[in-house]
Amino acid sequence: MAQVFPPAANSAARASLLGAMALPVLLTMAGMALTRSSYNTHVNVAIEQPIPFSHEHHATELGIDCRYCHTSVEKSAFAGIPPTHTCMSCHSQIWTNSPLLEPLRESYRKGIPLKWNRVNKLPEFVYFNHSIHVNRGINCNNCHGPIEKMNLTAKGKPFFMSWCLECHRNPEGYLRKPGTALDIYREGQSNLPHKLDPDDERLLYDQDYKPSAERVEKGKELMEYYHIKKDQLTDCWVCHR
Amino acid sequence: MQNHGAEKFIGGKQTFESITTKIESVVIDQRKKHPLEWYVVFGIAFGLLQVLMLAVTYLIVRGTGIWGINIPVGWGFAIINFVWWIGIGHAGTLISAILLLMRQQWRNSINRFAEAMTLFAVMCAGIFPLIHTGRPWVAYWLMPIGPNILGMWPQFRSPLVWDVFAVTTYITVSALFWFVGLIPDFGTMRDRAKPKWLKYLFGTLAMGWRGSNQHWFRYESAYLILAGLSTPLVLSVHTIVSFDFAISIVPGWHTTIFPPYFVAGAIYAGFAMVLLLAIPIRAWYGLKDLITMKHIDWMAKFMLGTGMVVFYGYLTEAFYGYYSGNKYEMFMIHNRMTGPYAPLYWSLIVCNGLTPQILWSQRMRHSIPVVFAVSVIVSIGMWLERFIIVVTSLHRDFMPSAWGMYTPTIWDWATFLGTIGLFTFLMFLFVRFVPMINIFEMKDLLHKQEGHAISGRKEHVVVEAASAHE
Amino acid sequence: MHDHDEQPHNLDSMRSKLQGKDGAQYWRSLEELAGTDEFQRFVDDEFPHRATLLELDRRQFLTLMGSSLALAGLTGCRILPQDKIVPYVKAPEEVIAGKPLTYATAISLGGYAHGVLVESHEGRPTKIEGNPGHPASLGATNAFMQAAMHTLYDPDRARAITNVAVASTWDDFLAATSKALEGQTASKGAGIRLLTETVTSPTLAAQIREFLTKYPNAEWHQYDTSSADNVKAGARLALGSPVNVVYKFDKAARVLSLDSDFLMTMPGSVRYARDFTNGRRVRKGTREINRLYAIESMPTLTGALADHRLPAKSSDIEAIAYSIAQGLGIDVGSSAPTTKLAPPWIAAAVKDLNAHPGESLVVPGEQQPPSVHALCHAINEKLGAVGKTVVYTEPVEAEAVEHVASLNDLLADIHAGHVQALFILGGSNPAFTAPADFAFADTLRRVRFKVYHGIYADETAALCDWHVPDTHFLEAWSDARAFDGTASIVQPLIEPLYVSKSAHEVMAALNDKPLPGYDILRESWKALGGAGDFDTWWRKTLYQGFVDGSAAKEVQATIQGSLASRLPQPVSAGSGLEINFRLDPTLGDGRWANNAWLQELPKPVTKLVWDNAAIMSPATATELKLCPADRPDQATGSMVELSLGNRKLKMPVYILPGHAANSVTVHVGYGRTKTGLVGADHGFNPYPLRTSAAPWFSGGLKVSPTGEKYDLLSTHYHNSIEMLDRELARVRTIEDFIKNPKLTEPDEEENPPEYDTLFREPDTYRDWEGAKWGMSIDLQTCIGCNACVVACQAENNIPTVGKDQVSRGREMHWIRIDRYFKGKDLENPQVVFQPVPCMHCERAPCEPVCPVAATTHSHEGLNQMVYNRCVGTRYCSNNCPYKVRRFNFLNYANHHDVNELGQEAAPLKLLNNPNVTVRSRGVMEKCSYCVQRINAARIEAKKDRRNIKDGEVVTACEQACPTQAIIFGDIADANSRVSKAKRQDHDYTLLADLNTRPRTTYMAKIRNPNPEISTE
Repeated sequence: MAQVFPPAANSAARASLLGAMALPVLLTMAGMALTRSSYNTHVNVAIEQPIPFSHEHHATELGIDCRYCHTSVEKSAFAGIPPTHTCMSCHSQIWTNSPLLEPLRESYRKGIPLKWNRVNKLPEFVYFNHSIHVNRGINCNNCHGPIEKMNLTAKGKPFFMSWCLECHRNPEGYLRKPGTALDIYREGQSNLPHKLDPDDERLLYDQDYKPSAERVEKGKELMEYYHIKKDQLTDCWVCHR
Repeated sequence: MQNHGAEKFIGGKQTFESITTKIESVVIDQRKKHPLEWYVVFGIAFGLLQVLMLAVTYLIVRGTGIWGINIPVGWGFAIINFVWWIGIGHAGTLISAILLLMRQQWRNSINRFAEAMTLFAVMCAGIFPLIHTGRPWVAYWLMPIGPNILGMWPQFRSPLVWDVFAVTTYITVSALFWFVGLIPDFGTMRDRAKPKWLKYLFGTLAMGWRGSNQHWFRYESAYLILAGLSTPLVLSVHTIVSFDFAISIVPGWHTTIFPPYFVAGAIYAGFAMVLLLAIPIRAWYGLKDLITMKHIDWMAKFMLGTGMVVFYGYLTEAFYGYYSGNKYEMFMIHNRMTGPYAPLYWSLIVCNGLTPQILWSQRMRHSIPVVFAVSVIVSIGMWLERFIIVVTSLHRDFMPSAWGMYTPTIWDWATFLGTIGLFTFLMFLFVRFVPMINIFEMKDLLHKQEGHAISGRKEHVVVEAASAHE
Repeated sequence: MHDHDEQPHNLDSMRSKLQGKDGAQYWRSLEELAGTDEFQRFVDDEFPHRATLLELDRRQFLTLMGSSLALAGLTGCRILPQDKIVPYVKAPEEVIAGKPLTYATAISLGGYAHGVLVESHEGRPTKIEGNPGHPASLGATNAFMQAAMHTLYDPDRARAITNVAVASTWDDFLAATSKALEGQTASKGAGIRLLTETVTSPTLAAQIREFLTKYPNAEWHQYDTSSADNVKAGARLALGSPVNVVYKFDKAARVLSLDSDFLMTMPGSVRYARDFTNGRRVRKGTREINRLYAIESMPTLTGALADHRLPAKSSDIEAIAYSIAQGLGIDVGSSAPTTKLAPPWIAAAVKDLNAHPGESLVVPGEQQPPSVHALCHAINEKLGAVGKTVVYTEPVEAEAVEHVASLNDLLADIHAGHVQALFILGGSNPAFTAPADFAFADTLRRVRFKVYHGIYADETAALCDWHVPDTHFLEAWSDARAFDGTASIVQPLIEPLYVSKSAHEVMAALNDKPLPGYDILRESWKALGGAGDFDTWWRKTLYQGFVDGSAAKEVQATIQGSLASRLPQPVSAGSGLEINFRLDPTLGDGRWANNAWLQELPKPVTKLVWDNAAIMSPATATELKLCPADRPDQATGSMVELSLGNRKLKMPVYILPGHAANSVTVHVGYGRTKTGLVGADHGFNPYPLRTSAAPWFSGGLKVSPTGEKYDLLSTHYHNSIEMLDRELARVRTIEDFIKNPKLTEPDEEENPPEYDTLFREPDTYRDWEGAKWGMSIDLQTCIGCNACVVACQAENNIPTVGKDQVSRGREMHWIRIDRYFKGKDLENPQVVFQPVPCMHCERAPCEPVCPVAATTHSHEGLNQMVYNRCVGTRYCSNNCPYKVRRFNFLNYANHHDVNELGQEAAPLKLLNNPNVTVRSRGVMEKCSYCVQRINAARIEAKKDRRNIKDGEVVTACEQACPTQAIIFGDIADANSRVSKAKRQDHDYTLLADLNTRPRTTYMAKIRNPNPEISTE
């Protein structure tokens, strides 16, 4: 009797079989790619701010220490956002008429705080503590990317849990001697030929820094010095409670 | 090629023609009037399906708190129903796979909708593990999808993760098995379908089936392989489901008898359900000649057999409870028999242990109402069994200060009845749109039964029938 | 000190908005008002300090996150609004954003100060803890002190000054007041009355006296249900003056309590509990512990701790006191009544007391008549206790009057029409609490100008023309004195949330010296003698939380002449049914009714929540035909009608083994009508049965079954739980302990059996080098007071779920106090309390069953529960033999901006501890050993490269415990307190045979029965 389908249908059928197998794989991969894309992570996507504050200008060009504004970064979980008064300690003297700074002056006059748009946000159930990291010599850039080079501030890293774990599983390469966490900026901003070893240079300028073998070796001693118990760093309740 | 005694598996005077017509006319000729019962039951089922939708939506919005569960009884209807439905599925696989391997020809007339039943039962079962979680939207964490951005994997020591694998494998294989079995019949339907769109529909489903010897050869081997694959599943799935309990330390759960006892229970419940479906359908669609008394008789025997195993399970549970000398186990059994849920325990014993005993008598096995009634009672009994296992073990465990009671809420019932609705709904669509009995296998069976008695007879030789003898 | 620089700038606009509304609408649309953006801003970023926005939005946990997590970031932040960071304009010096500050202050309960330390996050107080430096508490707390924090953020507090329920302003109020007072100047204030609660505040007293000097004919009355009238009367009767009685339990070896619950209900109870249990601790080699006899009607915590407890009707106590006095050879006159109650028991007790001169003590209950107190003074004197185990000091109260009498005078004056202006200060809510025969409400109507000053718009506020909301003690400056007289400055941590004035500010206004509270306090303490340079003194005093050397002076007082002649004719104990009135153990006189934490806190002995009941013994219930003789428990929940004369009240029955026969105890405090969402319409109000003649107990009670049933909720599913064959709470006698310190049964292994396993894994948690956290709970000193339960709730953001959810078995407390009855005698069983938090098992059954590894083990031995990973299968809870896990069946904390109790979630968000995640629905939770405190300590320790010191991490429950029954610490450190505790022979493991290896272990309860008294 008459066939319903032309012979070509056979190859179509075979193809669709292949497709059926390939599709889930492709979809999963696409999903993963999307998740990791800056569309989702906002990495390097600068956010509109009431005042176009430039870290590059203040940190690199003027060489102001991070801690001048982020005062509690070594003491508290929270790095600290400078109160209007801190900004005014300079800007009552310089750029006093700059229209860009009007919101700042208004805040100072009226005693109404500035409302910055949040750039780096962790979920409410993640308890990150700046002080312990900085006290271990973990440099800002490890998590914030080349922040000292940012004209408008943007997220430097995706802040995925798996990303946190990279370091919490092998912290060696990221440690520095006590109190030296922020030294590289001083070197970085000096116009003289600086003395930064290649690792530091990459940490300073590269988007994603991976420590070199020798840096990891050095780190091993620091692990001893700091009494860092590697296993413990991946206990859930170190970050979640 | 065994001959099953005097009684035939195909009654009346049948020809290939008559068989084909009997079965596929239900599907092909949609203008043909369907029995009123079909519409009534289908209507009810559809209504219940809506209840399910409502219950699940409200659950997602509000949380599992709308159910009766609490601390200490963290699992309630959801898990009870899950185990119950999964169990029901098993008979289907058993009939289609194991009996096939054992060359039990008589299975031919019931395997198709037994398999369908499996699929739909597993679908119903599958709903519960998902919605019983507090946060269904992250339930996918139970599956090893990754490498993910959390850097976390499921915890493979947990039986719940094994469940995920067991159940997904089960439903995949069952679906394949069912579909492959349908291919030749789709061929038939395609050839006999009148409207073009129907031809195309069945044509696509038949995947270019022409019934050539090569086709038959490949078909047979594929079907056997799948049967071989499903056979261990009959044992594995419910074994793993039973681990959900056996792995824990809860008195009444922590016991080694669970795997065999669960599997037996599953098949028990499954056959009850097959009968529950077969009896009305054969009546409504005049298939008494294809699903004969003998089928019913044999399935009743199966129920009796597995029923005895299950009953033995109950006795062992009680025995070891006391024999263990463990004060918690002893109390648990004592609490089951005399505690607040004792009535349910004893009705369970009556339903599953005593009722089937009447099936010893052939007269009873041959009385449709009796067999039907027994099937209903057994289905209820099996549900009660799961209730007793889940609830009575949890509600009074180690610390008297933490004891509690479990009372289902309206939403528990809504979800449960809802899935029954879903199941019936699908089942009825199936008998309406898919040949509910395996046409070519019936012809094969008919040929083997009648031998060459029918070969002289003038027949309308359908393509695949001719080649069915290889 | 708290800084006042940051005046929330639109707090005023909020106020004006509140005030602007006309009353009727105001009441109807409170929620609507609260819903406005203005309120949101006011709550979210206006207050308390800018930077806390970071912390604040940590509050709104997974309601959003849940769904965004669903797609694991696929949707990313896009479905979330852009978050803001709001810095200070000018950072206050002492605040380091993200670091809490602690301030010393004091809370006054029943007028008496209890020293506390309060934790504040960027100006937002979140947690109250005991002040270890404070002599009156030694750092101990009770449930009320812990729960007081909830009242601060209670959305149902009065939010505006109202004039006949119409929102008004402070100025209008002042105007109205001065008008009312003007009329009084002529008569020197003859028409003015002040009604306060017990006043120990030197400043307030001074202010009142100043007012009274200005209006010499005005009068000051005091009324407070909890006031100890009988104690004062008794002292006056026996010693001639209303001295303040202070017990020294640390010196007492033998104590007899005559219907007194000195562990719970006295102003000094927290300190008493500590002192008394110190004399009971059992350690290696202990051979002697103190002994407690209790004779009481309603089983109390004191009775539960007693080595010998004798149930007796309250009216029998007087006769018993007499016979004890006689037993000691005190002349009590010829007409002394005698008791037929257990003579050998009493004789033995007396003998025992007598055998410890100077170390024994008899403590009468506040609700016992003056004669009993007088007799006890005589007895204690005879026992040589005075000056040793009991000392007399000058009164701590500013004016030690008897309150019932005082209120009576006031009402008499009102009836006589002498009163034109009445100022009711301090939220004692007399309209609800006054004795029924006073008909306070009706009488009050006769006063022309009525002002009520209380924190809630309650029953009394509704009757007064003016309601000036009181401030919470954390909102305003004040002072108060503790039971021993030690004075504390009450310093606020926060600007008033709503329009409210402290009592001092009100009095200042009446004295027309309108000063802010801060100045008022400084002025008065300059006068009261800040020694040396005032500012240094002031700072030091605020810093340490109490005034040095301010304890009341001891006075010598002895029985004046023949006591017998002065003793009133004893009331003969009737044989019929008797009713006891007691303050509710969690709601007090009713003032805590709107405190969700206290409503849901199981009553210490009955474990009832959200309700009160007519408590009686099984025997009495059977006699009253409320139940079949063999099933007394069935009587629980059946409604009865209590009738006292012509006063009637319908109430459900609760059967409590150990309650005195022919006696029914009802707790006042429930049945509030006007208080707020949480407090109103729960339980039953027995005040209408309570008369000034018989405020504490009265005979002639009739109980008739109504046939109705009522759903009484006890968190203990069984009405009375026995342990079956499982020895969960281990109880032995001191002899047993001396014979066999391990206290093991002959047939039981001494230690958790170490089963071998086919699957050998390295023992990670035992081999771990570093801190290993563990806890030891001493059943011997646990008095079951519930302080730990509330402390835990406050520290860990544990939601309250309401009566309905509790009835479904879904209470959320991370630590529960199990209560077991022991012994054959249903009429007088022993009671054992056992706190059960998460055991943190080294081989935790919950861990292997979680499909997503949401509960795992930390190397330091904590059983970690990760909320954000939990999918909510509840398998872990099923597999937990201790059933200590709690599940968020619904979104209890915040479901569409409303919590499970229907209160606005917004103000309550401020209550949350920013270092603990607020759980959404669908996740499991449980005790974490206060991991946030451990982590904080670890980080600090690691910064200076040292180990965490013992005592550096103190869990909330440990901190709160008045008797130090809970010890937490590092078991790897052999010298830590917890290691020492766990090394005790009588340390044992709960359900050891399951080999779960808990890090939490128990020390058995060791009773010290008198060999001369047979038990059972």
